[in-house]
Formats: sequence, C-alpha cells, structure tokens
Amino acid sequence: MGNADPNEEIQVSETCKVSSERRGDVAILWTDGYINNQGGEEIAREAYAHLDRGVRALVLNLEKTRIVNSIGISILIEVLEKVMDKKGALAFCGLTPTIDKTFRIMGLAQYAEIYPTQEDAVRSVSQPA
Amino acid sequence: MTIPVAPEMEIVATAQAAALGEYIAMSRDKIDEVRLALVEACINAFEHADCRDEQLHLTFRLGQEPKGREWLEVEVMDKGRGFDQARVEEPSMEKTFSSHRKRGWGLQIIKSLMDDVDITSGEWGTRIRMRKYK
Repeated sequence: MGNADPNEEIQVSETCKVSSERRGDVAILWTDGYINNQGGEEIAREAYAHLDRGVRALVLNLEKTRIVNSIGISILIEVLEKVMDKKGALAFCGLTPTIDKTFRIMGLAQYAEIYPTQEDAVRSVSQPA
Repeated sequence: MTIPVAPEMEIVATAQAAALGEYIAMSRDKIDEVRLALVEACINAFEHADCRDEQLHLTFRLGQEPKGREWLEVEVMDKGRGFDQARVEEPSMEKTFSSHRKRGWGLQIIKSLMDDVDITSGEWGTRIRMRKYK
C-alpha cells in the first residue's frame, strides 16, 4: 500500500461514466467514477442491453472507480442475479483494495470471480470455441 | 462540518476526510476505506434517520496514541428518530439473493473497514464515531 499521492485530486463530483464493448459472447464494461444508485443503474442499463442482445458473460472493469457504495453494490447484485438466471457468468477486474475487500466482506466473491487484470477476467468467462 | 440531506452530499464529505488522511500521510487505500465508511454512514442517515433539521453534522478529528499511532476519526451525527441496534439483522449474501430488497449492508461495511466504531442512538438521533489508524 503506497501513501496518498498529493498530486492525485479527489474529485468532489464523481458522476460515473460507463462504456462497453462486445467481444464475441462477452461484453466488457468500464466504469469511471463513483458508483452510487445512478452509477449502478447506468451499469445495469448497459449490462441488460448486452444480455438482451445475446451476450452470455460480462466483465466489469472498475479500475477507474475508487468508491462503490452499498446502493451501487445492490444494483450490481441484481445484474449478477440476471446473469446467473441466464446461466451466464460475471467477473470483476481492476478493483482497488477497498472495493475488493468490500466485495469479499459481503460474500460477493462467492458468486462472481474477481481477477486482477481484464485479460484474466475475459479469459475466465470465455467459453472455448 | 454540516451537510444537507441531499443527493451526493456524502461524496462532498469524503473530500474533507481525504484531506485529513493525506495530512497524516495515511495510505491511499486506508483513506478510501475511511471514505467508503463515511459514505455508508451518511447514506444510512439520509435513508433511514428522517432528520428533523434535514442536515448531518460531521466532526473530523486527528489524534495520536501514547505509543505514537496516529489516527483519523470521523463522527456522523443526525437528529433523526434513532434506531435499535439489537434489531438490525446481520446481512448475508444468501439473504440478499433471496430478498427483493438487496440493501442492509451499510453498518457491516462500516464495521469491517474501520478499526474502531462506536454507535449510539436514541430519540435524539444517532451518532456514529469511526476511527482508522494510520
């Protein structure tokens, strides 16, 4: 754990931006900013759109997010439930130690894999051709 | 510091905690833990306290133990209706999955991320005092 970087500004307003890309039957979603109810809903909208178009597995890359509050997590759990209903898979990557710890405290890691890198996460949820 | 009960005010409060954490050279990861615990304390109050004055009263303290361990403490006080801690159900992922409502993790997250947590509550409101050692 390194000390705080004084040059790294902590944003007061951290509206979450979500982007995504489909790679075969896997969709990768990238978040940028604070995941609260609005951020969670934005993720859910993007995730459900991919699932409705036949995506089987989701990778959530949170490397540009430093805080996910419990409301945001509750929405991520709803997304996870939907993925599990469709017999798909969901994996997280790029988690800060705090987000990783929070997901493990909640037991979320029992239902969704957590990987350090996006490549590892995509590989784990991809089905062999 | 006083913040209104309004969307995203919790993230405004975290800037103050982060500045104090940086002042004592607390690691960025520990500062994030304080920030998340503070966010959870604030949104708990926003959602459940029904604050009479529509505000949360926050106090930030820095201190040092006799043997030199520095700490950052955050206190969140609301003038809401209070709650009975004994009646707060322990959350679990199994219960969360089987329930339509996926919430109820706030206090568990606070207690897990902070080193020392003291909660007092009554008809006057609720006070959550959280301490993190450097």
